[in-house]
Amino acid sequence: MTAPLLELSGLTVDVATEDGGSRTLLDGVDLSLAPGEALGLVGESGSGKSMTMRAVTRLLPRAASASGSIRFEGADVLGMNAGELRRYRDGGVGLVFQDPRAHINPTRRIGAFLTEALVRNRGVGRREALARAAAVLAEVGIDDPQRRLGQYPHEVSGGMLQRVMIASVLLAEPRLILADEPTTALDVTIQREVVAILDRLRRERGMGMVFITHDLDLALAVCGRVAVMYAGRIVELRSADTLHERAAHPYTLGLLGSRPSIDARAERLSAIPGRPVSAFESGPGCAFAPRCSFATAGCESEPPAPTEFDGGLVRCARVEEIHAARMEAKA
Amino acid sequence: MARLLLHRLGGLLTTLFLSSIVIYGSLYLAPGSPENVIFGSRTPSAAARAAVRHRLHLDQPLPVRYWDWLTGVLHGDLGTSMVTGQPVADRVGAGLGTTLLLVLMTMLLVVLFGLAMGLTAALLPGRVDGAVNALTSVSVTVPSFVASALLISVFAVKLGWFPASGLGQGFGGKVDGLVLPAVALAVLSCGFLARVTRNAVRDQLEREHVQTALVRGLPRAVVLRSHVLRNALPPIVTAVGLLTAGTFASTLVVESAFAVPGIGQLTIQSVAQKDFPVVQAVALLLVAAFVVCNAASDLIQAVVDPRLREAGSTS
Ligand SMILES: Nc1ncnc2c1ncn2[C@@H]1O[C@H](COP(=O)(O)OP(=O)(O)OP(=O)(O)O)[C@@H](O)[C@H]1O
Ligand SMILES: [Mg+2]
Repeated sequence: MTAPLLELSGLTVDVATEDGGSRTLLDGVDLSLAPGEALGLVGESGSGKSMTMRAVTRLLPRAASASGSIRFEGADVLGMNAGELRRYRDGGVGLVFQDPRAHINPTRRIGAFLTEALVRNRGVGRREALARAAAVLAEVGIDDPQRRLGQYPHEVSGGMLQRVMIASVLLAEPRLILADEPTTALDVTIQREVVAILDRLRRERGMGMVFITHDLDLALAVCGRVAVMYAGRIVELRSADTLHERAAHPYTLGLLGSRPSIDARAERLSAIPGRPVSAFESGPGCAFAPRCSFATAGCESEPPAPTEFDGGLVRCARVEEIHAARMEAKA
Repeated sequence: MARLLLHRLGGLLTTLFLSSIVIYGSLYLAPGSPENVIFGSRTPSAAARAAVRHRLHLDQPLPVRYWDWLTGVLHGDLGTSMVTGQPVADRVGAGLGTTLLLVLMTMLLVVLFGLAMGLTAALLPGRVDGAVNALTSVSVTVPSFVASALLISVFAVKLGWFPASGLGQGFGGKVDGLVLPAVALAVLSCGFLARVTRNAVRDQLEREHVQTALVRGLPRAVVLRSHVLRNALPPIVTAVGLLTAGTFASTLVVESAFAVPGIGQLTIQSVAQKDFPVVQAVALLLVAAFVVCNAASDLIQAVVDPRLREAGSTS
């Protein structure tokens, strides 16, 4: 096995509260990504997906602190000094944000946005940088790139702007792309196109990707492996094929069941009852226990350890029993 | 951009025209007849009064007089002072340079110190921010006449560093004499601009696009300059425009306090002497200063933020 591109172990993020206390937002996240691999990160709102990405890029809120380890190509991200951090952010990792309107400076031309990092960080000439920007705009499917370079963000559509954002990441040629719900802010029809472009171009260039989404199906379609997050922890980490066929964690089963399906004969579970909790709200046991239809008294008191299951990892004390019961019901 | 420019220019002329009507009309509708200024405490004969009224065109209807005055103004003839008999243009012209220099010095101080304090407070949260905040809280409560009195007693009377009143010879003497008045005018505005700057920069620092810039590995100085400061400019420019316009108005008080022979002092004198043609001219000048400051700040904002460039969206 090759050395991992990104490796998180025991990543924990705490944030100081107004009243002097502290809240845990991420609680011991372990993840590993091989070069060129695509990994999905799925979970309900507040589960800590964005916080994980913020920790990986050291873009945490002022009041937050990270512990555990983040390694990028072996280098300790949390220990980097200012210069190393800049180099890592410039060429190592690229972020595609959810809302391009908010994440692109509205007062500057698209051309300036696309070329800024090349010019400032790598000393590429302005003309050369603009030529490269135009080429990448064409690659992400934007017609008439020359004209777009002279336009301002408010003059183009949201879908176009997200392509510009993707182009800006591709221009930096990072080894790892972090895409945080890159299509949630877009029209449904445009979502597919944008995901397809991102998927194709990152494959062509052999970039690794962490793809964050609410949409488990989308993650399964784009990624080789999927990590399911709940309350600041990864509760299930599996290859996309086995997860689709044989999801094991009750939360994952809930996510699969709560998605809309046109196939009426498909096995349906009701939507997950209750609301998602954050890491600091969970009790001593399994964070999902209060919403879990399989939970026992033991689940509420004892935190489940990650266990090997079907080539992946699952954090559920009753995973074997539940799986056996479901197989029996199916047969 | 060109459309916006035309739009603003049109608005500027309209405002000036309307205010000229208001200024002219209100002065002549005010109690007390202009010719009394000339007779002073004497009681003239009916014939003498009629002659003066004719000379001042007071026997004509108001709209006709207004029209004559307006066409005169447009040809550069502001009339003659009823008190000194000099052309109004000469009296105004003599003070204009001084007042413009005073406003310029004031605004240089305001921009320099206001921006510096605001930026420091925004970039150093915690204790520094608190200290600057305390300082500006005091400074925004000090009106220019209070500042004038304090500055005169300390720097002119006690320390003798600057003249207490009047201006010296030459440009150097002029600047020297204007330092204290400029500081008096700047105190309040400095605090105000510092607060606007602090809040605008803080607001931008938290914006998502700044995170994008940071996460691309751009140097902090570049992120601050090209993204944070640049985008924080519109409210700062608006504040500077307003403060400049307000400084013109405040010169009335401060020039009198320091006996600076500028437009402000001329205004106070002329109002006291009921020198109508002079009052009209300086009032119009003040309005013009206001309108020009406003238009300039709008145009600068449109340069900074392309979203404001559609004509009519700023007005
Ligand atoms: N700036 C912050 N300060 C303190 N807590 C925060 C901050 N930002 C987010 N949180 C908390 O961190 C937890 C995880 O948030 P995060 O944004 O990572 O969720 P997410 O999985 O990305 O959700 P979504 O799908 O809504 O984007 C939540 O409980 C949230 O309230
Ligand atoms: Mg998120």
